[in-house]
Amino acid sequence: MSNISRDEVAHLAKLARMAVTEEELDVFAGQLDQILDAVAKVGEVAADDIPPTSHAVPLTNVFREDVVRPGLTQQEALAGAPAAEEGRFRVPRILGEEQ
Amino acid sequence: MTDLTRLTAAELAAKIHAREVTSVEVTQAHLDRIAEVDDAVHAFLHVDAEGALEAARSVDGDLAEGRQPASPIAGVPLALKDVLTTKGVPTTCGSKTLENWLPPYDSTVTRRLRKAGVVILGKTNMDEFAMGSSTENSAFGPTRNPWDRDRIPGGSGGGSSASLAAFEAPLAIGTDTGGSIRQPASVTGTVGVKPTYGGVSRYGLVAFSSSLDQAGPCARTVTDAALLHEAIAGHDPLDSTSVNVPVPPVVEAARQGATGDLKGVRVGVVTEFAGEGYQPGVQRSFEAAVAQLRELGAEVVEVSCPHFTYALPAYYLIAPSECSSNLARFDAMRYGLRVADDGDHSAEEVMSLTREAGFGAEVKRRIMLGTYALSSGYYDAYYGSAQKVRTLITRDFTAAFEQVDVLVSPTTPTTAFRIGERVDDPLAMYLADLCTIPSNLAGNAAMSVPSGLSEDDGLPVGLQIMAPALADDRLYRVGAAYEVARGPLLDRVPELKGVSA
Repeated sequence: MSNISRDEVAHLAKLARMAVTEEELDVFAGQLDQILDAVAKVGEVAADDIPPTSHAVPLTNVFREDVVRPGLTQQEALAGAPAAEEGRFRVPRILGEEQ
Repeated sequence: MTDLTRLTAAELAAKIHAREVTSVEVTQAHLDRIAEVDDAVHAFLHVDAEGALEAARSVDGDLAEGRQPASPIAGVPLALKDVLTTKGVPTTCGSKTLENWLPPYDSTVTRRLRKAGVVILGKTNMDEFAMGSSTENSAFGPTRNPWDRDRIPGGSGGGSSASLAAFEAPLAIGTDTGGSIRQPASVTGTVGVKPTYGGVSRYGLVAFSSSLDQAGPCARTVTDAALLHEAIAGHDPLDSTSVNVPVPPVVEAARQGATGDLKGVRVGVVTEFAGEGYQPGVQRSFEAAVAQLRELGAEVVEVSCPHFTYALPAYYLIAPSECSSNLARFDAMRYGLRVADDGDHSAEEVMSLTREAGFGAEVKRRIMLGTYALSSGYYDAYYGSAQKVRTLITRDFTAAFEQVDVLVSPTTPTTAFRIGERVDDPLAMYLADLCTIPSNLAGNAAMSVPSGLSEDDGLPVGLQIMAPALADDRLYRVGAAYEVARGPLLDRVPELKGVSA
């Protein structure tokens, strides 16, 4: 059913924002192929008339009263930031060189 | 004086509450034990001696002033899996991504433990983001099984299970997405319970697969697990999947079970979980367990759950899919690791380089597998089909529980394997969760209780007990009865004193 190429792994890694190495591409291509072959077994019993289950318990929207509750202070929210400036998260430039 | 680290949580609580010993003495005894043996076991990623002693002093102060203990386990020390947030105390999830993270808030489980007067000794090692069955996927090195330090303590909660078997803590918290509480319990001769999904709040439990993750109690006895279960369970408005029903009477059920009478209890043996791939010693231990349950008065029948063999493939589509989505939060912007922030790289490049540097191989594999299974063109064949299998497994459970009160199986097909043995073979590693996964997919309650030592290698074996959703108390009744009949196991764990890493 599956046949994952090195290029496909590179594409998946890009979608998932992971800068994988050349060696990883080789290893993951083989392993993902093997895993996908094994998990494709689900197709054997997944007939059209069976409804899907996403959660074991029925999910309903849960609302609360719209009242102010204590939250994190600005200082607490920024405490774990890799970089902060003037009370804000500092992020690298958004646009690439070519943009 | 009695070695305080050898007592059960119930015994320790009785002594502390009667003021025969102080919580500080009990806590210090466990901290000393950790200092003595954890170089050889590596159950802990972080020991919070100061915080633990402060919590212990507070319990002792309350008792000295004549106040009632905050809970039946007030003053008793506990090891907390490093996937539950602790305010101001490191929470790494076994990942380099969160190596220096100090959470700004407590998880609900943490908060309830503190409120119950439970003393948190520190944070336990785990497979990175709870993905694994051996604790070898921790970025901070593996935990070793106290029964044989060349072997794995199970995973992902191997730090929690090893801390119990090494007498570093009488209680521990685990989380179970595909078996991460029960399989470690099985291979270390300890007790582990995955409560009904929604029974224990997931608020502050760093998410791996949200529809499957469930925190639960780990202990050396069934009664201790029940006491801990009652302390952490119950409705939480901060978790929209938390069920708003009373906590099942698990302590009472353990007490009833300990009388050793299982008359009137109908036990179903899952016929699919036997045969090829099951270690002979595990199989024989399981057969002996079934005979024992019969002797205790239970009525035992065989039950077929034909779709259980599809649980493993379904799980390895659903869990990676949810993980690929959940772990998108580690974007190097608001907290956690950031690399290559040198002015030359864009935000997207920093994100990619950080995730490459911060995640280990198994996490990357699962993120890519999930990304694939959810991508257009493959969604129906993979993720969609896995969700249908989830329905079929739930139907198997429903049909089975019309005939019996609980189901039983081996917890995992083998005893503890050697460190390194399966690390390069993901599919072999995944087989460790073969028997535990159905209960995660269906959301029902399940327990692993020690079932003696395997006759082929002398290592611990676990008996898995499964009960319907919200009937967690049945696990404790059957588990306690079986535990009494089998007798203690952990007094046979090799002595670790004086070992060096």
